[in-house]
Amino acid sequence: MGEYVMLMGKSLSIPNRWNMFFKQLIKEIYKLGVDSLWIVVIISVFIGTVIAIQISLNISSPLIPKFTIGYTTREIILLEFSSSIMCLILAGKVGSNIASEIGTMRVTEQIDAMEIMGVNSANFLIMPKIAGLMIFIPVLVIFSMFTGILGGIAASHSTGTDMTPASFEYGLQFYFNEFYIWYSIIKSVVYAFIIASIASYFGYYVKGGALEVGKASTNAVVMSSIMILLADVIMTHLMLT
Amino acid sequence: MIEVKHITKSFEGRTVLHDISTVFETGKTNLIIGRSGSGKTVLIKNIIGLMKPDSGEILYDGRDLTSMGKNELNQLRKEMGMLFQGSALFDSMTVLENVMFPLNMFSKDSYKEREKRAMFCLERVNLSDAEHLYPSEISGGMMKRAAIARAIALNPKYLFCDEPNSGLDPKTSLLIDDLIHDITSEYKMTTVINTHDMNSVMNIGENIIFIKEGVKEWQGTKDEVITSNNKALNDFIFASDLFRKVKEVEVQQEEG
Repeated sequence: MGEYVMLMGKSLSIPNRWNMFFKQLIKEIYKLGVDSLWIVVIISVFIGTVIAIQISLNISSPLIPKFTIGYTTREIILLEFSSSIMCLILAGKVGSNIASEIGTMRVTEQIDAMEIMGVNSANFLIMPKIAGLMIFIPVLVIFSMFTGILGGIAASHSTGTDMTPASFEYGLQFYFNEFYIWYSIIKSVVYAFIIASIASYFGYYVKGGALEVGKASTNAVVMSSIMILLADVIMTHLMLT
Repeated sequence: MIEVKHITKSFEGRTVLHDISTVFETGKTNLIIGRSGSGKTVLIKNIIGLMKPDSGEILYDGRDLTSMGKNELNQLRKEMGMLFQGSALFDSMTVLENVMFPLNMFSKDSYKEREKRAMFCLERVNLSDAEHLYPSEISGGMMKRAAIARAIALNPKYLFCDEPNSGLDPKTSLLIDDLIHDITSEYKMTTVINTHDMNSVMNIGENIIFIKEGVKEWQGTKDEVITSNNKALNDFIFASDLFRKVKEVEVQQEEG
């Protein structure tokens, strides 16, 4: 824990050269964020479709109005899926990428080479990743919300269940609370920090060779997933209750 | 000039370096030699400040590295160049970007001037036609040359090389040795090379320090190696038949 805090202290300092920082930031946004867009869209469309179908199949009581399907689909996507579940998936993709990249740089002495030059390697390598992910993960979350709901709409149009497109769309707009979108975005920014910082920590302190880099990558994903779930509980308690 | 004074370093109660004192001279190629596990790498890591010695002083032209603060150490490091065993080129950057990296971080020159300096360094190591290639696209010898170009980009006063010939064929090894030697005398640098390559010892060993089990066993020049009576040094240097025969011939010529 102390080592993690010290690394963050070293990383989150004023960059030596701002132009180099912004250059790295753009690279990281593209590599960690934009490259994850396709997986976010694919997962969100399919999960949105499945959520709508599952709810429509499970709500068979005539006492429950049909628009509940659209309403519930929207609430699940906005409140949990697009932020927490999507960030758990991204912890696997982006977290392992960060840990293995920094870990490989450590075992091949690239980080030592930076230190010898007098460069703050933690600041140069880690801060752009944390900042890039914190900037772009909310964008991914918004894409996920949008495409997830589109998946639900598609299900209402094409499956042979009880739901109709009109009732589904009514349900989507029913008792809409704008704060839920902000709640999701705020959560995702915290998750972005968790993913990038924990993965960087495991990569930065790796010792040994390729096997240890692989272990560090796995540990980074496991630890960031646990911390995301813990942060989810705490933030939900703080922001919704 | 780098002066090492009474350096001792231990790990978990095991002493790896015992009271080592030596001087690395300016404009000369200073070689640290010894068997694997003798403490060469620990010594060089202490000298460059990647490890802190338990006791002793390391003076860079009179400035003690062991008592420096973070900012002072960073300033000193701008005067250092390092060639790592595995080259340690940044995978995500081209050869030119690698050489420009220290310039981009510390030089206040314009982009054009930085690029010009990087190209000059690449030309100096005969690598100007590989500027747009990535490290994964070039050979081991070219990677070493690119790493040398990066190490000299900021015109360092001190150059450190860790096993510069590892993984290279004999001809490329000689090229790298000659390049390091030429650059050292050309730019009047203090060069410290950590090696167990005997060709390097015979080729460019102007000041050789032999380490055995963490103790400085012997110090001298490549000519003195041939005539030395130090048993540990002879066992190490003349372990191969070829070098043993070379020594026999040299001794016979001297006696004759």
